Amino acid sequence: MVWKISDETAYDTLGEEVHLTINGVTIRAPQDQSLLVTARQNGFEIPTLCYHRDLPSEGHCRLCVVEIGEHPRTQIVNSCTYPTQAGLVVQTHSETVLQARRMVLELLLARTPKAKLIQEMAAAHGVYESRFKTDDPEELCILCGLCVRTCREVVGVSAISMKGRTPDKQVATPFMEKSSACIGCGSCAFVCPNNVIPYTEKEGIRTIWGRDFELQPCNVCGNYIAPKYQLEHWAKITGDPVENFFVCKDCR
Amino acid sequence: MPKFESIDHLREYRRQLIAKRDPNQPQVLVCAGPGCLPMGSEEVAAAFREELEKNGLAAQVLLKECGCHGLCAGAVRVLIRPQEITYQHVTPEDAAEIVEQTLKEGQVVDRLIYEDLHTQEKAAYKGEIPFFKGQMPIVLRKLDVIDPTSLDDYLALGGYRALRKALLEMKPDEIIDAIEKSGLRGRGGGGFPTGRKWRICQDALDEPKFIICNGDEGDPGAFMDRAVMEGDPHAVLEGMIIGARAIGASKGYIYVRHEYPLAVGRLQLAIQQAQESGFLGKNILRSGFDFDIKISRGAGAFVCGEETALIHSMEGFIGEPRPRPPYPVQAGLFGKPTVINNVETWANVPEIINLGADWYAGIGTENSKGTKVFSLVGAVNQTGLVEVPMGTTLRQIVYDLGGGLRQDREFKAVQTGGPSGGCIPGQFLDLPVDYDSLQSVGSIMGSGGMIVMDTSSCMVDVARYFINFLYQESCGKCTPCREGLKNLLFLLDEIIHGRGTEEQLALMEELCGTMAAASICGLGKSAVNPVLSTMKYFREEYLAHIREKKCPALVCRPLLKYTVDPETCTGCLACVRECPVGAISGKKKMAQEIDQELCVKCGLCYEACQFDAVKIE
Ligand SMILES: Cc1cc2nc3c(=O)[nH]c(=O)nc-3n(C[C@H](O)[C@H](O)[C@H](O)COP(=O)(O)O)c2cc1C
Ligand code: SF4
Ligand code: SF4
Ligand code: SF4
Ligand code: SF4
Ligand code: FES
Ligand code: FES
Repeated sequence: MVWKISDETAYDTLGEEVHLTINGVTIRAPQDQSLLVTARQNGFEIPTLCYHRDLPSEGHCRLCVVEIGEHPRTQIVNSCTYPTQAGLVVQTHSETVLQARRMVLELLLARTPKAKLIQEMAAAHGVYESRFKTDDPEELCILCGLCVRTCREVVGVSAISMKGRTPDKQVATPFMEKSSACIGCGSCAFVCPNNVIPYTEKEGIRTIWGRDFELQPCNVCGNYIAPKYQLEHWAKITGDPVENFFVCKDCR
Repeated sequence: MPKFESIDHLREYRRQLIAKRDPNQPQVLVCAGPGCLPMGSEEVAAAFREELEKNGLAAQVLLKECGCHGLCAGAVRVLIRPQEITYQHVTPEDAAEIVEQTLKEGQVVDRLIYEDLHTQEKAAYKGEIPFFKGQMPIVLRKLDVIDPTSLDDYLALGGYRALRKALLEMKPDEIIDAIEKSGLRGRGGGGFPTGRKWRICQDALDEPKFIICNGDEGDPGAFMDRAVMEGDPHAVLEGMIIGARAIGASKGYIYVRHEYPLAVGRLQLAIQQAQESGFLGKNILRSGFDFDIKISRGAGAFVCGEETALIHSMEGFIGEPRPRPPYPVQAGLFGKPTVINNVETWANVPEIINLGADWYAGIGTENSKGTKVFSLVGAVNQTGLVEVPMGTTLRQIVYDLGGGLRQDREFKAVQTGGPSGGCIPGQFLDLPVDYDSLQSVGSIMGSGGMIVMDTSSCMVDVARYFINFLYQESCGKCTPCREGLKNLLFLLDEIIHGRGTEEQLALMEELCGTMAAASICGLGKSAVNPVLSTMKYFREEYLAHIREKKCPALVCRPLLKYTVDPETCTGCLACVRECPVGAISGKKKMAQEIDQELCVKCGLCYEACQFDAVKIE
C-alpha cells in the first residue's frame, strides 16, 4: 500500500488553507499538501532526488529533509511526504538540515562517483569529494525508485521492482529474468535521473531489460511510434482495435 | 466447552470449574518453553507420564506441559505444585526418582535443586531462589501455572473476566481512560503511550478499523514475546478483544514470525477455543460487539517488525517501511486506522482492566509504569526471562537475578534493546531501568533484550557484530541507513584490522548524526546506538586499536600476535601440523618459532597446543 500524499496534481481535493511558517515567513497553504510542494510554491527551494510530481513519494533519498518544530524539540523529516499542517514551524536550510543533505550527498557520491547529477548536486552543497568508500566505480543507480514507481503507477504493469536488502539491493525484473510483464515502453529509462537503465534502438528493434521489442512504424509517415507490444497492451486496456494505434500522434 | 451466552453462564461455569479443582492436587509442570523444549521437554513429560502410570498415580497427579518457567539456564525445568518445588536440568531418567521421592514420599530430590554458585546454598522452593524473589510477574504470571492448550486453565485463573468487564460494564471511552491512566507504554520498542495511541485511533473517522498484534520479535536471542504467545495465548487474545472494543475495530491480526510454528499453533488453537466459547465472533458475550482474529505469518526479515513494514508485508507488498505520518492509527492496514501493539503490551491489558489503572500506575517509575520482561542472556550465570518493575536497577537484574557473571569474570557492559541498543558500562549499574533512563545513557528499552558482557568482549568487535547484523537486515530503502551502515561496517573493519584512524572515528560520529536524524525508520535511526555508545564509553579501546594496533581484550584476530614461549614449548609439533601457511618452524623436541610475516592469525596453533606454549598478545 503506497500512501499517496496530496500534490499539485490533486490540488482540488486538498483540505482547507492553513497558516504555517517556513524560514520565519508566515504563509498559507492547503492542509495535507506535502511540505515540499508548499515550500516550492512559496519560493523556498528544496533539493530532491526521488521526488516526481506525477508519482507518489516514498522518501528514498532523504535529500529533501527539513527541520520542523521549535527549539529544542525539533525533528528532521522528509518534506516530500510530510503533510502541511496548521501552525507548523519549518526550516528548509537550518545547519542540521544542510549537514544532513551534505552527508546524504557525500554518501551517494561514494556510491555513484561517476553520476553527473550527483556530482553537480554535491558540488552545489560544497561536497567535492567523498570520505566514504566506493564499491563499484561504475555504479550509477542511486536506488531512488523512480523507475519502479513509474512502471507501477504510470505504466501500470509493475514489470520491475526493488530486489533484496541493503547489501545487494537493486532494481530488477522478477527472478532476474526477461520480464514478461514489460511492454518495452521505456518510461523507466526515461525517468531515471542517472541514465542507468540500458536502452537501445536499432533497425526497428528496441532493447530494454534484456528483451527485444519490434517497433511499429506509423502507417502514414513511417516513423517508429512505439513497440508493437506496447500498442497491443494499450489496445487491450482500451478495448479498441490495435490498428487504431498504428498512426502516430503527428499524423492523427 | 460451552458457548457462553451470558455473563451468568460464564460466572457459573467458572464457579463450577474452580469448585471441581482441588488446590492441593499434586501437579507436575514440565516446562516446554523456548529454552527447555529443545533440551527435551517432551521426553521428560513422556517419562513422567509413564512413571505416573506405573505407580498408579495417573489419576491423582496432574501432568502439564506449560510455558517458560523463567530460569531457562536450568533447562529442562520441572515444577511440582502445590509445594512449588522447582527442579532443574531434569532428564527423562530423573522422572522415576521425582515420582518416587517427591510425589509419593514428599521428599525433595537434592541433586536436582537449585544451588547458589557463590554460597553453595541449596534451595528447593521457588520462593527461596533469588532469581525469582526479585521479580514481579504480571505478564509471565500464568506461564508456569496453566496448560496453554486449555481454556479451562485460563478461565480458572480469572481469564476473560476483564473482557466481561470491558464489554458489559465499561464504555469504550472508559476502557481507554483506564489504559491511559495506567501509564502503560508500548513494549515493542518506541514506548509510545498505549492509551493515547488507542484514543487517536478511536477518534479517526475512517472505517473499518483494525487491530494488530506485533509478534515478529526479530531481535536475535530474544524470546519474551514467543514465551507469552506460546505459554499464555489467551491473554494476548483477551487484550486484543478489549482493545478492539475500545477503538471500535471489527478485525484483528496477529503477525507471528515464521520461525515460531509452535506460537502459531497455540494461538490458532486459542482462537478456535475463543470462537467456540463466544469470546470471539459475532455478538461477543451478548454485548452486540463483533470481533474476530486471524493469524498472519511473518516474512522473516528483522525490518518486518517495524510497524509500517509489517503492514506492507501483511498487504502482500515488500516489507519495507515508509515515512510517517501518516501513522498507522491514521492510515494503517489497507489504508484504514489501525492500532498496532506488541505482544507484551496486549498481555498487560487484561490485568489493568481487572486490577485497575491505579494499581498498575502504582508500579514502576514516574514515566514508566508497570513491569517489563527482559530476556537476560550473555555472560551471566542465570540466563532466562525476568519480569521486574520498571525502575529496577541494572545491578539488581545482573547480580541478584542473574546471579552475577559466569566464572566470576569482571562486568564490562550490558547491551539493552536488541541489536540497535547501546552498550551501557559499569558506571551505570545502579541506573534504574526505564524508557527515559536508558535513553539518557545512549541506549533503548527496545523490546527487552539484555545481553551481559564480561571483559573478554572487545567493544569494537561488539559494535561491529551488531552493525553487521543491521547492515544485513536494513531494507536499503533510504540513503542514510543503507549507505551509512555499509560505511560504518567498513570503518569498523578498518579499525579491527589496525588500519583505522582518529579521523575515521570523527567521521563515524558525524555519519551517525545524519543516520539518526534522517533515516526513514527506527532501524536506521537507532542503528547508531551500538557505535556511539561504545565510542563514548570505551574510547580507550578504540584508540588502542587505532594507535597501538592492539586489541586489549584479545578478540580482534588481525591485531593479535601469536608467539611460542620457548620455555614451555615441548617441540611436539602439534601447532606445526595445524598451521595452514607453514609459518611455524623449528626442530622436533625443540622450541618452535612463528614467522610473523607469514602468520595469518588464524589461531589454530593456539588451539592445537596442549602445553599452553602458544601465547597471544
Ligand atoms: C527495525 C524495527 C523492528 C521492530 N521489531 C519489532 C518487533 O519485533 N516487535 C514489536 O512489537 N515491535 C517492533 N518494532 C516496533 C514497532 O514498529 C512498533 O512500534 C510496535 O510494534 C508498536 O507496539 P507497542 O506500542 O506496543 O510497542 C520494531 C521497530 C523497528 C524500527
Ligand atoms: S535505475 Fe535510475 S530511476 Fe531506477 S532506482 Fe536506479 S537511479 Fe533511480
Ligand atoms: S519499459 Fe518495461 S519496465 Fe520500463 S516502465 Fe515500461 S513496462 Fe516498465
Ligand atoms: S532506515 Fe533502514 S530499514 Fe528503515 S527504511 Fe531506511 S533503509 Fe529501510
Ligand atoms: S596463528 Fe595460524 S597462521 Fe599464525 S602461526 Fe598459528 S597456526 Fe600458523
Ligand atoms: S525527495 Fe523526499 S526523500 Fe527523496
Ligand atoms: S523455557 Fe524452560 S525455563 Fe524458560
